[in-house]
Amino acid sequence: MSFPPGNTAWPGNPGQAGAPTNPGAAAGAELLSISRLVKRFGAVEALSGVNLEVPAGKVTALIGDNGAGKSTLIKTISGIWEPDSGQMHWEGETVRIRGPRDATALGIATVYQDLALCDNLDIVQNMFLGREPRQAGLLNETKMEREAKETLSELSVTTVRSIRQTVGSLSGGQRQAVAVARAVMQNARLVIMDEPTAALGVAQTAMVLELIATLRSRGIAVLLISHNLNDVFQVADRIAVLYLGRMAAAGPISDFDTQSAVLAITTGSPTGSPSEQSETA
Amino acid sequence: MAFTSKPKSPTTDSPPPAEGPLAPLPAVTDRVTSPELTAGSFNEYVKAWVQRVRGGDSGMLPVLGGLILIVVIFQSQKSVFLSAANLTNLLIQAAAFILLGMAEVFVLLLGEIDLSIGYVGACGAVVTVATAAPPGNHPWWIAILAGLAFTSLCGLLQGALITRLRVPSFIVTLAGLLGFEGMLIFLADREGGRAGGGTLEITNNILRDLVDGNLSVAAGWTMLVLVVVAFAVFHLARDRHRRAHGLVAPPTALTALRILLVAVAGFALVAVCNTNRGRLKSHPFQGVPWVVLIIIGVFGAWTVLLGRTRFGRYVYAIGGNAEAARRAGISLNRIRLACFALGGLTAGLGGIIYASNLGSISSNVDGGQLVLYAVAAAVIGGTSLFGGRGKMLHAVVGGLVIATIYNGMGLIGLSASSQYMVTALVLLAAATVDALARRNATRT
Repeated sequence: MSFPPGNTAWPGNPGQAGAPTNPGAAAGAELLSISRLVKRFGAVEALSGVNLEVPAGKVTALIGDNGAGKSTLIKTISGIWEPDSGQMHWEGETVRIRGPRDATALGIATVYQDLALCDNLDIVQNMFLGREPRQAGLLNETKMEREAKETLSELSVTTVRSIRQTVGSLSGGQRQAVAVARAVMQNARLVIMDEPTAALGVAQTAMVLELIATLRSRGIAVLLISHNLNDVFQVADRIAVLYLGRMAAAGPISDFDTQSAVLAITTGSPTGSPSEQSETA
Repeated sequence: MAFTSKPKSPTTDSPPPAEGPLAPLPAVTDRVTSPELTAGSFNEYVKAWVQRVRGGDSGMLPVLGGLILIVVIFQSQKSVFLSAANLTNLLIQAAAFILLGMAEVFVLLLGEIDLSIGYVGACGAVVTVATAAPPGNHPWWIAILAGLAFTSLCGLLQGALITRLRVPSFIVTLAGLLGFEGMLIFLADREGGRAGGGTLEITNNILRDLVDGNLSVAAGWTMLVLVVVAFAVFHLARDRHRRAHGLVAPPTALTALRILLVAVAGFALVAVCNTNRGRLKSHPFQGVPWVVLIIIGVFGAWTVLLGRTRFGRYVYAIGGNAEAARRAGISLNRIRLACFALGGLTAGLGGIIYASNLGSISSNVDGGQLVLYAVAAAVIGGTSLFGGRGKMLHAVVGGLVIATIYNGMGLIGLSASSQYMVTALVLLAAATVDALARRNATRT
């Protein structure tokens, strides 16, 4: 099943739809635009001139086989690696992302597969880690707890018993939710999620997909890396297929079906003829 | 820690849009959740607590139970054990173990270890005693500052080797264990040479009174009232503040019970210490020893530091998941360095108290044994060796357990050999109870 791009309402979260955090950024306007991005590791060219458009307030799925360059691409966007050449535009302006801090300052938050949470700390502590508000030198626990509670309920994360329980006691989906909430608290405009459902069961996957839809309804763009085409067709508005370091195909979800997506992943062309070079749709 | 998340029952994870934000779901088996988080009333709290203990997360119960058991055994063997004089003596003996244990908690929380604090503390004591002795005759506070500065530097130096050169802390501080023993002999021989034979007598009265001196009876009671009132005001105000902001606060009955427990424990402590410990009625020897106040002060300061500041939060974060802490923008090296320095500082205090208790410091201090007692105190209390889990309170309780064994075995007249073996058994028992409890907790 697929959701038309205009339909931001999701069954689980009525009330949140139509209340984007950044009213200035209309959904669909270009948020991040990458052109001719090249990244080499020694003699290996991991990305050879990749173009990618990430519209604001939309879910863009980045798919591709192992070694296609998905990880390299998101690590370049989130500032872990600097590209060798190519251009990045953020809201139309040329930007250079030289480190993770630059990406965070722009409003790009990356939720890696390992989530980077401290199991021994509770949900609030994890959400504010590194940015704790203080009052007279001491931690302002009340402020943290209130804001964390607010963000979680805005994201419709309602299954945790107490936000003061340790993250180690949460389920996989809940942990993902905490990591995403952490990104949202940093005023992220673009949340990059690396294989968020890879290790999850059916119910947990549903929870994470709903979370992604909630992010979209709040005007936050999501770049979703996934191997699971079911998930992709459930939440994505756009699909971008990487094949051997090139953008093999990209376009709105309606341009794809499972078969053409698989063909694009495996052969580099949605029609199955390897010779064809389809750049963007 | 070991609680990797397992997918729970589907009811927990399917996302039904609940009515209120964060509406609690019924009967989720999360034993790691502290019951006070969700319990609304006192009864609910007690029920949740019992459930948690049954589920395997018994907190400090086994340690406290063990402590009571040891006390009962010693009391049945020797009736002086629970006399006011001996209990006060026990507190004084525990002081050094507690302080060294607290020093160790800083590094254990990071998942590191510091094997050198015994000798570092002893070296610091030599510096302090020598600074206050002739010919310098510096005032007591300059002497203490000098000693603490020295031990903090020792910690900082080792921390620098560990963080900058990435040598494992076990190796660096093992070298420290040997190196600072050498330095202790060197310092004690040089400074003690004037008085003779590598032993420095404490000449400064205030330094000796850190342990030997007592508060007056009235001052003891006044301190008790002040501490209990401060504790009560802090907790009640915090609960009220939380409720006023719509957050969950522990039931008032529970907070009242906590305050009552602190008041009763404090009352018992002051009452015991204020009993005349001397033989002569005409020259009463009574009052709360200064060292008890020092312990309470250090305990309070370090508890606030670990629990209520960014620094403390980052210490736990690094111990829990260093990579996550790094990605959150925390400077791992700075926090680690500070922990080793704070460990050195606290160890210095421990060394000074140790010397004050003996009335002298010499090159014969067994720093190797002291550091193992310090680690044992922290672990017996419940601090994890793998980082991320522990409290200053653990060192206090663990230090008391070790001092109780040490004191009781001495009273009964058992040899050093059996003292070591019993301490070993208690350490093993504490670690085993913890391991069993956690195995039960992870087995669903």
